[in-house]
Amino acid sequence: MKSYEEINEKIRAGRAVVVTAEEVIAIAKDIGVKEAARKIDVVTTGTFGIMCSSGAFLNFWHTKPKMKMQRVWLDDVPAYGGIAAVDCYLGATELPSYDPCNSHYPGSFRHGGGHVIEDLIAGKEIKLRAEAYGTDCYPLRSYEQNITLKDVREAFIFSPRNCYQNYNVATNCGAETVYTYMGVLKPHMGNIHYSSAGQLSPLLNDPYYRSIGIGTHIFLGGGEGFVAWPGTQHAPFDPRNERGIPLGGAGTLAVIGDMKQMDARFIRGVSLTGYGVSLMVGIGIPIPILDEDMLYYTTVEDADIQAPLCDYGKEGYPTGEPCVIGSLNYAELKSGEVDFQGKKIRTAPLSSYTKAVEIAETLKQWIVSGRFQLGQPSQLLPGGGSPDRKED
Amino acid sequence: MTKNMISKNVILRFSPEVVGEPIVYLLVKEFDLVPNIIKASVNPDKQGYILLSLTGEEENYKASLKRLEELGISVQCLMERIKWHEEICTQCGACTAVCPSLALSIRRPEMAIRFDSDKCVACQMCIQACPVNAVTLDL
Repeated sequence: MKSYEEINEKIRAGRAVVVTAEEVIAIAKDIGVKEAARKIDVVTTGTFGIMCSSGAFLNFWHTKPKMKMQRVWLDDVPAYGGIAAVDCYLGATELPSYDPCNSHYPGSFRHGGGHVIEDLIAGKEIKLRAEAYGTDCYPLRSYEQNITLKDVREAFIFSPRNCYQNYNVATNCGAETVYTYMGVLKPHMGNIHYSSAGQLSPLLNDPYYRSIGIGTHIFLGGGEGFVAWPGTQHAPFDPRNERGIPLGGAGTLAVIGDMKQMDARFIRGVSLTGYGVSLMVGIGIPIPILDEDMLYYTTVEDADIQAPLCDYGKEGYPTGEPCVIGSLNYAELKSGEVDFQGKKIRTAPLSSYTKAVEIAETLKQWIVSGRFQLGQPSQLLPGGGSPDRKED
Repeated sequence: MTKNMISKNVILRFSPEVVGEPIVYLLVKEFDLVPNIIKASVNPDKQGYILLSLTGEEENYKASLKRLEELGISVQCLMERIKWHEEICTQCGACTAVCPSLALSIRRPEMAIRFDSDKCVACQMCIQACPVNAVTLDL
């Protein structure tokens, strides 16, 4: 048994043994779980994928004369200003009013909230425009200024739902191509798309949220951040396999982090043909090896993780009726082709495994160098703890 | 002897002087190629283009290009115009299962994206599928 404080002590002294969730698999096979748990202090995880339900809070310094910005646009993308005078929230999926959307189906959605977030982090100049009705204390009614992230007083990503524990795998049983948030899906099960880092993914390496809770210190978009809250739609009691791996989405995280520390290599605006815009987010979470069970959970492999294969065709997912047509594991999905109902179907990821590896490696280096310490959760997530935890 | 069969997407651009030439007929008759017209347009000035795929023996395909150029028709091989910008790519893979010719594929086990322009048929599915616009058609 190790405590957070003991592990942090080792990190500060530069003596912590840190490996990635990919490396730990071979180590545990070689020396056994017991010995590996004794030797290893931290296992780092990583994921880089499209995460809707992302966005950023921004505070612009007060203008002269002062203004209570009622309506705000950043590069023509509306941000929500109904918070205070110079605060706003920019959502990743917001679109500029000039976007033709799907009136030219399928729309290409070249620019939106996710792109503005990426541009700000990349240090690019963007146009801030605001309108107001004017008050005695905030008389200014209109404002326009080109700004960069440096000119913004505070900027932080605060995403209500990121880092899904597991996720649907998508195909299309219909007769026509569909353009979805799971990508372009060809008719008659022409392809299969999945979106998870599998064995490297944070919540699959701590399936019962024993260490990932409110206050966990994380890698977010190239900077340091925290788990702020259980994510929206967090569903910890969904069915699981014998290893504790949920068979569907299950857990989610609300995350927070300073945009000024972030790196545009790890946070990218995306255009999904026929669907809209969103944000690709890089998240890495360190798992403290508190005991043998923790180590065991981090040895999860792609073949141990099943995901539901869903029909995203017009008669399936969009109707709101059950649409699961099968189950596939990530070893099958990552191979590039699966055999399903007698048909060979090509598979492709929407999340980047190479970036996930890079994130887990970067976080490992941060911890080894002593610049990043573990944050003990001040409270566990709902459903967090042991396998025999109970639903309230 | 096995013949090397190929399939290429090309754009033929022609001036008013050659708009009357039965180009597609010529490709079939003289070079035994199978043309499949994907898109074509002739503007009021009688300048136009045909975007078509040509399937046949490589030797014949090459000879046909020569003949078309002699007629004053500019030929652009579309595959050479599809560009994969590695520095923009996030290495996600969303382009790989929709690519019919495996020109965009994943190198395993590291799961890195690679682009083999020789295999590209310029169908442009990847342009629709890529979330970060890392694939472009530069004409």
